[in-house]
Amino acid sequence: MIRVILPFHLRTLAHADTEITLEVTGAITQRSVLDALEARYPMLRGTIRDQTTLQRRPFLRFFACEEDLSHEAPDTPLPEAVASGVEPFLIVGAIAGG
Amino acid sequence: MSSVRVLVGTRKGAFILTSDGKRDKWEVSGPHFAGWEIYHLKGSPVDPNRIYASQTSGWFGQIIQRSDDGGKTWHQPGTPAGLAATPGPPKSESNKFAYETSGDAGKPLTTHQWYDGTQHPWEFKRVWHLEPSLSDAETVYAGVEDAALFRSQDGGKNWQELPGLRGHGTGPKWQPGAGGMCLHTIILDPSNPDRIFIAISAAGAFRTDDGGNSWKPINRGLFSKYLPSPTAEIGHCVHHVAMHPQRPNVLFMQKHWDVMRSDDAGDNWKEVSGNLPTDFGFVIDVHAHEPETVYVVPIKSDSEHFPIDGKLQVFRSRSGGNEWEPLTKGLPQKDCYVNVLRDAMAVDRLDQCGIYFGTTGGQVYCSADAGDRWNAIVHDLPAVLSVEVQTLK
Repeated sequence: MIRVILPFHLRTLAHADTEITLEVTGAITQRSVLDALEARYPMLRGTIRDQTTLQRRPFLRFFACEEDLSHEAPDTPLPEAVASGVEPFLIVGAIAGG
Repeated sequence: MSSVRVLVGTRKGAFILTSDGKRDKWEVSGPHFAGWEIYHLKGSPVDPNRIYASQTSGWFGQIIQRSDDGGKTWHQPGTPAGLAATPGPPKSESNKFAYETSGDAGKPLTTHQWYDGTQHPWEFKRVWHLEPSLSDAETVYAGVEDAALFRSQDGGKNWQELPGLRGHGTGPKWQPGAGGMCLHTIILDPSNPDRIFIAISAAGAFRTDDGGNSWKPINRGLFSKYLPSPTAEIGHCVHHVAMHPQRPNVLFMQKHWDVMRSDDAGDNWKEVSGNLPTDFGFVIDVHAHEPETVYVVPIKSDSEHFPIDGKLQVFRSRSGGNEWEPLTKGLPQKDCYVNVLRDAMAVDRLDQCGIYFGTTGGQVYCSADAGDRWNAIVHDLPAVLSVEVQTLK
């Protein structure tokens, strides 16, 4: 199981707990995790990635294992600790604005 | 007994204010969608319990919300809350606003003018205005930034662009104003279902007479000294347009500067600023029962977005423009430096017409007597982006 932590507003939108566990088949990558997340919570579609381009929204970041993975290619495998469920995949909103 | 429901969009959520026909005691519900920018909410004239809302965020993008019970509960069309995990693709495209790029669309455009004069691709940012159909609760129009018009015919689940607007020829000359290149005004003609008026900052006003397939600029008579050619066909910073439903050929416009009037559905405009102390402003609206009674809130200038001398004044013309009277009873007359944004004024349809507006200071004012006296329904909301009113039987 993959563990995903959402920022406050997306938890509210999805009516989800702070941490979500997802069953992801195949390679564990940003793309496959986000695909599984959006399949389970379709109301999140477009809030993390642009609906058309699937580009990460600029004010969001992807962290795991104390690393910023935001600029990794979407199909790059995530760390083994994420794939094995030891560490969560964090979706983080930038600290900015009023 | 009749009642009113005021739908308020703010920088940090939506609020719903309700009262009976006296409009002196109010109940406030909200914030709905706390922490999100709510650019606009509007109810269906066919089914008042059907309300559409534009929920948006610089972080998380655009959400469309819908209520089917008058604002008590909300959901994203097609994606009920708590949907069980199922295999396959998500079940809704309710947040997807994809610009038309297919050849079937006629002349789809891919670029517009950017600040530096180069061409720039259209990039969706948010929905500024939602306009429910006058005849079908499932149909709703959305004016978006970057400027385009979308329509949903399934209650907001799926959205398709009406590409004839961007494709009519002047699109490559459109450019964003300081607030972005937004389509902020949508007016449906109650006497002609094929006629729609829209306005874009900073491109101007446009009209379709064939249900949105083809469009033409309707800016003749506008004079904008910030343009190289002040009477250009497009490029005017129209802030808002209003129409009385019984006289759909008469339009009133608050332009960046100048209050304007058209008596031929926008084909020609003439200035009716008259004795206004300043003709800069954002809102404009028309009395529900008196088509020649018009309201504006003058703002000092485009450099100083607040009332003159700290005095918040609504101005009313009972002659369709030119002669204006200040309305001040109940409004702050010292140290008031709020703004009133373009979609933040509305009227109810009770026998004694009520006028409403919201400010960037978080006040929503109501006059239950057509503007003679004002009361603040609420004082301390987040900055108000939009105000709409539903008159309920």
